Amino acid sequence: MIKERHLNIFVLGLLIFVPIFAYWNDQPFTITLMTRAVIFAIAAVGLNLALGIGGFISFGHAAFFGLGGYVMGILAWHSQNYVTLVEWPILIEGTKSMPIIWIITIAASALLAAIIGMISLKTTGVYFIMITLAFAQMMYYFSTSWSAYGGEDGLSIYVRNNFPGLNTLDPIQFFSICCVILLIVLFFMGRLIKSPFGLALNASRQSRQRIEAVGFDFHKLQLTAFILSGAITGLSGALFADLNRFVSPSMFSWQLSGEFIVFIIIGGVGRLFGPVIGALIFVWLEHLIGGISDYWHIFLGFILLAIVLFGKGGIIGLLCQEDAQHE
Amino acid sequence: MSFVLIAEQILNGLQFGIMLFLMSAGLTLIFGVMGLINLAHGSLYMIGAFVAAAVASATGSFILALVAALSAAALAGAIVEITIIRKLYNRNHLDQVLATFALILIFSEGTRWVFGSFPLYLDAPSYLQGAVTLPGGIQYPLYRITLIFFGLIIGLGLGLLITKTRLGVQIRAGENDREMVSALGVNISKLYTFIFALGAALAGLAGALVGAIQSVEVGMGEPVLILAFVVIVIGGIGSVKGALIGSILVGLTDTLGGIFLPKFFSFFMDLATATNVGSSIASMSIYILMSIVLVWRPTGLFGQKV
Amino acid sequence: MNNPILEANKLCKTFGSLVAVQDVSIDIHKDEIHAVIGPNGAGKSTLISQICGSLSSDKGSVFLLGKDITNLPTEKRASLGIGRTFQISALAKEDTVLENAILGSVGASGKHWRFFNPVLKNSILRDEAEYCLELVGLKDLINLKTATLSHGQLRLLEVAIALTLKPKVFIMDEPMAGLGSDGTKQLTEFLDKLRERAPILLVEHDMDAVFALANRITVLDYGRVIASDKASSIKKDPEVQKAYLGEG
Repeated sequence: MIKERHLNIFVLGLLIFVPIFAYWNDQPFTITLMTRAVIFAIAAVGLNLALGIGGFISFGHAAFFGLGGYVMGILAWHSQNYVTLVEWPILIEGTKSMPIIWIITIAASALLAAIIGMISLKTTGVYFIMITLAFAQMMYYFSTSWSAYGGEDGLSIYVRNNFPGLNTLDPIQFFSICCVILLIVLFFMGRLIKSPFGLALNASRQSRQRIEAVGFDFHKLQLTAFILSGAITGLSGALFADLNRFVSPSMFSWQLSGEFIVFIIIGGVGRLFGPVIGALIFVWLEHLIGGISDYWHIFLGFILLAIVLFGKGGIIGLLCQEDAQHE
Repeated sequence: MSFVLIAEQILNGLQFGIMLFLMSAGLTLIFGVMGLINLAHGSLYMIGAFVAAAVASATGSFILALVAALSAAALAGAIVEITIIRKLYNRNHLDQVLATFALILIFSEGTRWVFGSFPLYLDAPSYLQGAVTLPGGIQYPLYRITLIFFGLIIGLGLGLLITKTRLGVQIRAGENDREMVSALGVNISKLYTFIFALGAALAGLAGALVGAIQSVEVGMGEPVLILAFVVIVIGGIGSVKGALIGSILVGLTDTLGGIFLPKFFSFFMDLATATNVGSSIASMSIYILMSIVLVWRPTGLFGQKV
Repeated sequence: MNNPILEANKLCKTFGSLVAVQDVSIDIHKDEIHAVIGPNGAGKSTLISQICGSLSSDKGSVFLLGKDITNLPTEKRASLGIGRTFQISALAKEDTVLENAILGSVGASGKHWRFFNPVLKNSILRDEAEYCLELVGLKDLINLKTATLSHGQLRLLEVAIALTLKPKVFIMDEPMAGLGSDGTKQLTEFLDKLRERAPILLVEHDMDAVFALANRITVLDYGRVIASDKASSIKKDPEVQKAYLGEG
């Protein structure tokens, strides 16, 4: 049995050393694969706050992922084509600066999460799953029909966006940006889980009555968690679009929403590093099995079924056999 | 905008809604009676379409194709229920979501493996092709009118099943109190398998019928599934009546929104922008409708108050 | 006569055609234990829910220390000083005893929206929680998962959490339910002293405990108050005996 903390450190080590190793051996593809894993990990860490700790199953987090992608895409497109975005009431010309894009993405995703959350969180259980799925689908159809930004064909951003002082086109440098963001998100998430808010959110999942009996507003608790969750996933969307230099309606797909949940399940629901482990395993399996067979989704399906029917607690649950720690 | 155009779109909306009803009715029963969220329902729709296309091209008979589609979907549903779904009834929603999501993957890729990546073609039978002239001088495809009537008949049949038969009593009782029904000696396993297979058959039938109007391809089921979810949210879990009304509302909103919204915007925008803005907002209209219903009635129009 | 700490006036609640609570008025004064008894289905749980806020009232009002709380949600009433314990334990079973108790301290402090500092390392909150746990005798179990506790210990934990809120009034729903004779004796002694911290509205079926503890007893039947008086008088009331305590 391994302690969860040690497993986390091991994973951190992988995250740092595999790309460095790939860099020395001139394997940019491996670095790109790790970047993809890291970005997906951020998305899933966001979802885990709502799903794992809050206990509400959002099958529509791709709505935020896609929104992040489009925020980045729209801002960058206007900048690269020298077309003004908005003239009145204030002049906005688009930007290719990553930090500015991230701030706007986080704000936009938080706003979308607030709107979706206020409507959906009035419901529970099965209704909530269906409604979040529906809202993501709505974003999908909306982006397909909004032809100004490519519609179904999506938007291409020719050059990666800028980060002060770095050459973002260099795979290892872009990876570092994403990895640092993941580490920052993990740090804040780790503190959040142990904070009064985190404890209350975790308790609200187990007993609504208990949390209200000590003075917490149940709806506000859930909505706040949902907003934070959406903001984090939205940020990962902007990074993803930057990685691929492309954004399209497929970033809103229900398959992606499902995959985010899969990452969490593989790694371990409600565990801090669960999404990270899950994303790493998924991205590598997709690469390795996908290289052998055209039908890797069938394998994924069976693996998933096996996990649901027989395995509990994901990889962390399996290896660590200790319950989630709040100390 | 002519009366004929509006009438045509209303009929399109009805036809779309009725087909959606076939999907939603089965889903809502499965939710209501077994408490199970089933994402694989879209796969059963797809299986119906593929089997219909394959049988139709092999035998040339549309009727045979429909029967085959219904049976194949029901069989697939029964097998899946007995082997996998049965283990999920007492699990939490997350497990159900993931397991049925896994089933989507297996079915979709499995279908792609058997039939290839290119869409199949299914044609409406020759005796249903062409148009009919309706009162008011409207020319409307015979096939689509048939679908509307066929769907309504099935809806009627379902209603009769639920209100007038012993099976229907079991279903309604099961929705209210699962344990009680079991204690009364009803064979719950058989009942559940039957309901699941019935839902699957309806989905497969819908897939086959719609497959003649749209293409038959892998992944065709999930968008319809999600729409069926919207219908159920609007109509309320467990209510077939709610599914019918919800489906028609959704169908009409979608088609009528698609013509009226661009028109609406053209009053204060140029035509090109109006069309763009109008159709974009039209694409969201169903979900806006769902949101309005939710805010007003969180458990749907005819749902059980939790 | 002191002003009542908690006052409920003519509360009514109907579910469809079922009248659960009809014109029930009840109040609690300082240092007292006011018991509510009645057969199953008499409306006791509904009444409690209406007072605590988990059910809205069709008619009537609830006042806490003179403040109208009738339309306030549950969590607001909890912050204003209602300390409720539940008949069926409402606890975060996956968390430890301390983690459950400290939730109460957080609630009492009013500092809910803190996202960064580990709550268990906050010595003020932690000491509060541990102190209340010690009062009920659960100090040694603070790091145990709540799910492993015995039934009696779960009840005590509920009381401890209510204590951390420093409530103005305790509202306890059948705390003795499921306790053996030892547990009942212990809890009875504990509640006897607890009334000095804050008065208790006690819903109970265990008549020995009720008569040992209550200053006043209100009897409900079919949603109405059929008697409300000093404990000694209720014991002798023939109406009550007929409805609830059985003949003789």
